[in-house]
Amino acid sequence: MAGGISIVEMLGHLGLDHRKVAVERNFEIVPRATLSEVAVADGDAYEIVHFVGGG
Amino acid sequence: MNAPEAFNSDTWTVAGRTFTSRLIVGTGKYKSLEENAAAVAASGAEIVTVAVRRVNISDPSQPMLTDFIDPKQITYLPNTAGCFTADDAIRTLRLAREAGGWNLVKLEVLGEAKTLYPDMRETLKATEVLVKEGFEPMVYCVDDPIAAKQLEEAGAVAIMPLGAPIGSGLGIQNRVTIRLIVEGAGVPVLVDAGVGTASDAAQAMELGCDGVLMNTAIAEAKDPVLMARAMKAAVEAGRFAYLAGRMQKRRYADPSSPLAGLI
Repeated sequence: MAGGISIVEMLGHLGLDHRKVAVERNFEIVPRATLSEVAVADGDAYEIVHFVGGG
Repeated sequence: MNAPEAFNSDTWTVAGRTFTSRLIVGTGKYKSLEENAAAVAASGAEIVTVAVRRVNISDPSQPMLTDFIDPKQITYLPNTAGCFTADDAIRTLRLAREAGGWNLVKLEVLGEAKTLYPDMRETLKATEVLVKEGFEPMVYCVDDPIAAKQLEEAGAVAIMPLGAPIGSGLGIQNRVTIRLIVEGAGVPVLVDAGVGTASDAAQAMELGCDGVLMNTAIAEAKDPVLMARAMKAAVEAGRFAYLAGRMQKRRYADPSSPLAGLI
């Protein structure tokens, strides 16, 4: 992942709408309001989730 | 409550939110998102359960549930299905809250894959943590009045005992304990899991439950949309029967026609 981009930009590169997902960075929730501010760093581990059908 | 009032204004409230429909439906196991949306519409449900899963980054353009069931019209209730520890469930719901932006969630912590029975020790632990963090958990649990009371004391906003194992369609196995839970609870009680057909849903409501949550009974019916409509009718029928107050049972016959004036 290229350095210096925000999480919103990373999601955009992946083709994901940042309004429809939640992001965990290194096991910490990234608050929605800060997705465009937090920079992606080398070695970060991400979980990106959304709502799917379930019971 | 007089009859016209019951027809028009019978509502229930969970965590300060008031709903008219007492049927909550799941959104899993449908053949398509279109069929899923049609079944939700036919059921009249105002709340749907949803799961939280990783996005598929290899195919980000695949259709999403939110494109078919509008979260602005229908309340999404994120669940923790598939979680076997309190920690996993809490992590899942923290993500769900961030994705959805609301605190009302369904907690389930499972004990084993074979029966999908809830692990009540982990469930209680998770409830305590979630409540401290400001969540409003509706909690899936065993049909045990003591466990139900403990969950309520821990801050569960609704108690949701199983009628039978998840996805089994066996109907309510222990009406006595479901009724004991209803009588002891100060928060809404909903039968969650085990409903197979309309009469099971009606039975849950006749026991005095505030609502019923189901997924497989609708999704695996031959005609899911028609079954969704049947469940809507069943929940209403059961609710009205409960409010009406059923007749006492007798051991012998009692004629319906007058005996006076018999020729």
